[in-house]
Amino acid sequence: MLETSKPSEQIITGNVRLVHAAGMHARPAVKLTKLAKRFQSQISVRVADAAEWINAKSIAKVMGMRAQRDAIIEFKATGMDAEAAVAALVELVAGDFQDAER
Amino acid sequence: MNDMVGIVIVSHSKDIAKGTADMVRQMVGSEVKVAFCGGDPDGGLGTNVSLIIDAINAAWSPKGVAILVDLGGAETNSEMAVEMLQPERQGLVVVCNAPIVEGAVMAATEAAGGSSLDEVRAVAEELSAS
Repeated sequence: MLETSKPSEQIITGNVRLVHAAGMHARPAVKLTKLAKRFQSQISVRVADAAEWINAKSIAKVMGMRAQRDAIIEFKATGMDAEAAVAALVELVAGDFQDAER
Repeated sequence: MNDMVGIVIVSHSKDIAKGTADMVRQMVGSEVKVAFCGGDPDGGLGTNVSLIIDAINAAWSPKGVAILVDLGGAETNSEMAVEMLQPERQGLVVVCNAPIVEGAVMAATEAAGGSSLDEVRAVAEELSAS
């Protein structure tokens, strides 16, 4: 059967400035990963123009990101909920990680 | 099902165990069950099998429990505690080979995403693999 390119395989991207005072340290990293894991899509993140994309659902990798304050963070996602995923993650970073506390 | 792997922290020091649990709760949130124990019943440094058993049962989830330990004795006593659990729970508890604080935070983050016990352990142990 031929594989045809489905809408859900589009790559959705977004980028956002990291305003958090301490950069991407442990606590924002945990929030980012937790949020990414709520979506079905494959999601990658990197500091803009970094050599490699990181799996946004891997806490170890995201914690190791070492993004400084004012860095531009890029997201890309593929999958059914890719747009929602990128939008939510961009919003999280733009809002300085003030998500709703349980 | 929204079950999440439970996290148990076992340290020779009650302060470390409690502090680690506090950090996990603050960073990851309260949806993951976290239990801790540390110190001897008489207030000194050490670990105690029956306190570990209580902690495992307090953090129990149908998905099982991941235990984070500090030094050797904590691991040995944790393994003994597992052997004394109800038989149907024994296969669902793992002791992670990870630094206690970082491992607990990462394990709890992974658990919060609904991951399996094996996945949670793998994430905690990623730190030791590097």
